[in-house]
Amino acid sequence: MEVFVQQLINGLTLGSIYGLIAIGYTMVFGIIGMVNFAHGDVFMVSAFIALIAFLILTTWLGVGSVVLALLIVLIVSMLFTSIVGWTIERLAYRPLRGSFRLAPLISAIGMSIFLMNFVQVTQGPRNKPVPPMLSDVIVVMQEGSYQVTISYKQIIIIVVTSVMLACFWYVVQKTPLGRAQRACEQDRKMAALLGVNVDRTISLTFVMGAALAAVAGTMYLMYYGVVSFADGFVPGVKAFTAAVLGGIGSLPGAVLGGLLIGLIETLWSAYFSVEYKDVAAFSILAIVLIFMPQGILGKPEVEKV
Amino acid sequence: MTDTLTSAPLAAPALREPLLAVRGVETFYGKIQALKGVDLDVNEGEIVTLIGANGAGKSTLMMTIFGQPRARAGAIRFGGLDITKLATHDIAALRIAQSPEGRRIFPRMTVFENLQMGAAVDGYVHFDDDLERMFALFPRLKERLHQRGGTLSGGEQQMLAIARALMSRPRLLLLDEPSLGLAPLIVKQIFEVIDELNRSEGLTVFLVEQNAYHALRLAHRGYVMVNGTITMAGTGRELLERPEVKAAYLEGGRK
Repeated sequence: MEVFVQQLINGLTLGSIYGLIAIGYTMVFGIIGMVNFAHGDVFMVSAFIALIAFLILTTWLGVGSVVLALLIVLIVSMLFTSIVGWTIERLAYRPLRGSFRLAPLISAIGMSIFLMNFVQVTQGPRNKPVPPMLSDVIVVMQEGSYQVTISYKQIIIIVVTSVMLACFWYVVQKTPLGRAQRACEQDRKMAALLGVNVDRTISLTFVMGAALAAVAGTMYLMYYGVVSFADGFVPGVKAFTAAVLGGIGSLPGAVLGGLLIGLIETLWSAYFSVEYKDVAAFSILAIVLIFMPQGILGKPEVEKV
Repeated sequence: MTDTLTSAPLAAPALREPLLAVRGVETFYGKIQALKGVDLDVNEGEIVTLIGANGAGKSTLMMTIFGQPRARAGAIRFGGLDITKLATHDIAALRIAQSPEGRRIFPRMTVFENLQMGAAVDGYVHFDDDLERMFALFPRLKERLHQRGGTLSGGEQQMLAIARALMSRPRLLLLDEPSLGLAPLIVKQIFEVIDELNRSEGLTVFLVEQNAYHALRLAHRGYVMVNGTITMAGTGRELLERPEVKAAYLEGGRK
């Protein structure tokens, strides 16, 4: 029971990070029907931006408060990563719009390889550490000698993720921008007929996806304390899996999928074997897709002709 | 090619420039030419009807006005401004609104959100007033306000498509086959609304129809399109009297 609760806490933390990345996949897929394979690497780049910002703040500028430093790092990382996301769409995807369907996909794979290698060359191939921070824990439950704990880091991750998702949900559901995004997703031509600037809306979708990936990247860096140029791939694939599992195109689905993948991974690691945790996550994906090809929250379209 | 009957919508000396002027427009789908040099005018305050058989190019003309697809030759002017090469959303911003072929309601948005989409061009300035106006014109929409667009019946979707277009306070309303697939009673209702808006607010309407009898009775002027060109033009009443129109579009003149 205690192990289970502990793994639940760990799983939710990890799942929050996957969920944040998954939103970027699902939104872009929803609006232009393309899997942005570079998104995992955007996440990795954001972690490096956070790393650099953190080191500048703490060593050069001497910001003492860790919480203040993290807040600034988060904002800086979101800002710069948004620019990265916007640039990628502009350079690698927009010129290919209206081309054959696979073209932007290939371009995305190219962009992924480029980002990975760019970071490897400029930042070096080794793991880059940040000093451990906020490692204090709160004991939630105690049973004999086993303590169920939640660390400040985990609390921050879960709180920040919830706040970001709430803001994001508000934008998509209640603002003219969010309506324009949903309109483009459902019928791009009609959206244009109603005065929506489709290209701008797509750009902003990439910006929003990148900003959420930057939140995930910053949290990842803080949680694990290291990042390397190759760290975009596996979380990227997992987040993509989460998006598909939840029903690609569905925003709540992406979050749900992320949490599920996080939980499956940690619970499997705790009860079975750490080595096969990825196998477990992807097996569940395969099983769900066999019985629910739309994903968990993806709905088959019902439309009147 | 154009057989002009009356005072001649095309040849008359223009006292004022028409609100919408289509000149020699040619549109292609790949190699297939859909419009072969279309000339057509819509003056301010008019209802103009374009009739023609399936595949004549009526809907293509509607979409070409919005640059989807773009005209490969010719010019389209709106309010004296050349809009042939403008981006689709910039054309919409000039207050041309369209209720397109197939209605194209956003299926996973509520009726309310669909109407909000229509009001975007107007900057939501008159949103509350306009919403009330739409409820007065189409009371059904009020009942369905928080239902998803995709769950509405065909007639309700048509009403929503027109209301959505009207929410932008258009200077020119393009209606593509509003009667398609609808029960005669609803068709009558929709045509009455169009007539009413034209009389009371001077709304300019460009209407594409296969339902030629109703459309020509409603319109001030009409055009007949065959295979991507305009073959006849005149007032609605005159076109109704033409034997060719009767034979081809009015069920052999039985109506």
